[in-house]
Amino acid sequence: MSRFGSLPRRLVHVVIVLFGITLVTFFLLRLIPGDPALAILGSSYTHARAQAIDSGLGLNRPIWSQYALFMNRLFHGSLGFSFFYHESATTVILNHIPPTLFLIAYSAVLAALISLPIGFFAGLRRGRAVDQVSRVFFTLSFAMPAFWLGIIFILIFSVHLPVFPISGFGSGLVGHLYYLFLPALTISLGFSTVLVRSLRTSTITTLRAEFVDTAQMKGIAWSQVLRRHVFRNAVLAVVAVYGVNLAYLISGTVLVENVFSLPGLGTLLVNSVSDRDYPVVQGVTLVFAVLIVGINLLTDVAQAALDPRIGQEIGT
Amino acid sequence: MSAPLLTVRDLRSYLATDQGVVRAVDGVSFTVGEAEIVGIVGESGSGKSVTCRTIVGLMPSGMTHISGEVIYHPHGDASILTARQAELQSLRGSQLAMIFQDPMTALNPVVNVGDQVIEAVQAHAKVSTGEARSRAVSLLRRVGIPAPEQRMRDYPFQFSGGMLQRALIAIALASSPRLLLADEPTTSLDVIIQDQILSLLLDLQQDTGMSMILVSHDLAVISEVCDRILVMYAGQVVEEGPAADVITAPRHPYTRALLDAVPQGEQRGQLRSITGSPPSLIDVPGGCRFAPRCRLATQECLSWETELIEISGPGRLARCLRHDEVERSPQWQASDSA
Amino acid sequence: MSAGWAASPSELLMKAATRASARRRSAVRRRLTLIAGLAMLVLAIAAITLAPILVSQPPNTIDALNTLAPPLTPDHLLGTDQFGRDVLSRILYGGRIDLAIAFGATSVTLVSGTIIGLVAGYLGGRWDSVLMRIVDLFFAFPFLVLVIAIIAMLGPSIFNMFVAIWITSWVAYARIMRAQTVVAKRQQYVLAARALGYGRLRVMFRHILPNFASAVIIFSMVDAVGNIILAASLGFLGLGAQPPAPEWGTMISDGQNYILSAWWLATIPGLAVVFVGIAFSLIGDGLADLLRAGDR
Repeated sequence: MSRFGSLPRRLVHVVIVLFGITLVTFFLLRLIPGDPALAILGSSYTHARAQAIDSGLGLNRPIWSQYALFMNRLFHGSLGFSFFYHESATTVILNHIPPTLFLIAYSAVLAALISLPIGFFAGLRRGRAVDQVSRVFFTLSFAMPAFWLGIIFILIFSVHLPVFPISGFGSGLVGHLYYLFLPALTISLGFSTVLVRSLRTSTITTLRAEFVDTAQMKGIAWSQVLRRHVFRNAVLAVVAVYGVNLAYLISGTVLVENVFSLPGLGTLLVNSVSDRDYPVVQGVTLVFAVLIVGINLLTDVAQAALDPRIGQEIGT
Repeated sequence: MSAPLLTVRDLRSYLATDQGVVRAVDGVSFTVGEAEIVGIVGESGSGKSVTCRTIVGLMPSGMTHISGEVIYHPHGDASILTARQAELQSLRGSQLAMIFQDPMTALNPVVNVGDQVIEAVQAHAKVSTGEARSRAVSLLRRVGIPAPEQRMRDYPFQFSGGMLQRALIAIALASSPRLLLADEPTTSLDVIIQDQILSLLLDLQQDTGMSMILVSHDLAVISEVCDRILVMYAGQVVEEGPAADVITAPRHPYTRALLDAVPQGEQRGQLRSITGSPPSLIDVPGGCRFAPRCRLATQECLSWETELIEISGPGRLARCLRHDEVERSPQWQASDSA
Repeated sequence: MSAGWAASPSELLMKAATRASARRRSAVRRRLTLIAGLAMLVLAIAAITLAPILVSQPPNTIDALNTLAPPLTPDHLLGTDQFGRDVLSRILYGGRIDLAIAFGATSVTLVSGTIIGLVAGYLGGRWDSVLMRIVDLFFAFPFLVLVIAIIAMLGPSIFNMFVAIWITSWVAYARIMRAQTVVAKRQQYVLAARALGYGRLRVMFRHILPNFASAVIIFSMVDAVGNIILAASLGFLGLGAQPPAPEWGTMISDGQNYILSAWWLATIPGLAVVFVGIAFSLIGDGLADLLRAGDR
């Protein structure tokens, strides 16, 4: 990310990407083979309704005009009209955001809590029990589809050992934490595979660095060397990986929401597909993309904060 | 000779690698006296760095097999090679210190330089942060870093190579060690800075009276600063003696060849490099290890189970049968930027 | 070797060190992952291809008398589902779809993405910038969401799964290959080849590509795992294979409804996915160990 040079340039890049995102989501709708109104209305097709949809979506205008209409609405905060819910798509989407955001944050934190210690110790005790076992464990969990893992967790922890609820979002902060534990765990396990691997490699490399020797030769305790010198440097490489793999995290939420019946954006997306509620599909895709851009930006900021060399480049 | 500070006896450091056992250090013995500067010179792979790292316990424990004794006399008569972690920790910094070759990688890139010096100060002294900070400032000033109060807040990447090496020296000296091991401290610096650093080291040594082991592949650097010189080849010491003696009257063909390879003052002709390359340290050949490249080698050399021969007293040794045939060079002097 | 080095301390030391060294050297150990992965994959492919021979019942035969039979029932090694269809048969036939995606989708994106990345990286300048913009754009979208959106528009079907993957997955390969190419084109041997007058195409495909293909190939293994899981995920969501076609994902989705009474319906297809996924992972790991210096 430091290839952008400075903070203003980075922001310009963000704007360009956002612009591109609107273009892609706009063109999504144009992928529909045949008449979109027909596809949307299905059996309730009447000429009048089709006309309404056509003018609503601006389908009878030249394409650049359609895009202008789309962008204009976007700036006014409108993502279109949901044919299924019969209200503004924006409203529908906003209602579904909290569970998803909570799940993402929860999974991100859980993934860090799981993978940082394991990855670090796997790197420190390379070749020994911790390393081998974690390797096997994470190779296994990586091959497990998130939705299947979710079902297995439900089977074990909700059905046979009723510890956690099968579905739902719960209420209140504690309620959310409780209800979302299994879903978050499901997502974070898949995510952790990459993090553990990355931190392990990074730790092994950092241990060979000469500044670790210098630190040792000061006569400080090994635990201090590990904390202030090895870990602080090893974790830098992981921050970048963390950000990049967040896309995986978000894909995971779509599936996991389905398995655990969480009323979030993922469920909305899938339902909208079968409901043929195209504007909502479009809107949700847009929101997800903006989320990712936001997360990437956060990752950059985190990197700059942790590594003064990058901080200098970005001009922070 | 002054009272011994460090005695190394038959030190061996074998590394178990994928390709086989690397006999990096194969029976090295020497002593370092109080306030003495000992130089270890040799080409890459001769074992000089591994020797130092083995002494202070920095070799990777998983793959290194060590035997021999290293006795640090102020600490007692037991070999510190078998010391426990806590013991080693108490010695490092306060008694034994080390600086490394590449200052750019020898400092933590994400912590500012001041904090790293403070960490060294606080390792062996229970002082407040404020007191530690002022000690750090004076250390940095002593090693010649201008405006130390401001520069302390900077990160390593904001320093030049020479300044970083000075900071490293400050770190090494923070707890007033009695023995400093310097592993190629000037190799990655340009010539002018090299001189400055060497002068600084000499200066500090005279001030504090500490001993030094200076490792380098550059004979010119060694000859400028050291009291005694050890020449290493293929994991063994092949010559040892007072610096002036070794330089002007070398007794091992390898030392002779090293001297010949350094351009001399008015010399105009071709540089004489040493043909061939050092033997593999994995399948070490029997006999004299330098014989294949040696001008004076004979059949006998190839099968001789080598040992260090005393030449003119216990401090003057050479691992060569034909040592009196090695040419002298009374006019030898280190080339300088004249 | 002549006698002379066997002084007693060094002898003991040598013995210990040699033992340790020999342990590290075990080449078989290094190849183990690769062999294991390949074995698993071959086993899976064989079982799936030989399905007609291995199971007597076609996957979609309904048997109303034998519904929800647990595993190890006679004639139904892995049980039956709610329609009485044999689970083992559906797994083997269903595997065809998922493995087809793993190979078919991955190979196309591997080739297309690599070529695009190679060309853009080599030509540099505007081509490179355009490619990087496109890459950034694609990576701004969560992969699954984009695929779902595309399928939403095109209509759910197995073929559209392929199309959606083809549209979105090449980008990762292009990014990797482009990064490699940018480094490669400054290397000595490339400069030399150009100096000798070799055409650009030749330099790209016969000099750069062979030397740098390893990274994309290793990544393709990871991608294959991802694609299998993707196919199963889409099937699970009802966006891929449509009923009554047997596919691991759809089977899991169906099985979810019977989780309390017939746990095997949802669990076993997942194990199949895991099995094949691990196979590809091991192959990828094994290749990585083999082709790089490795941290093992």
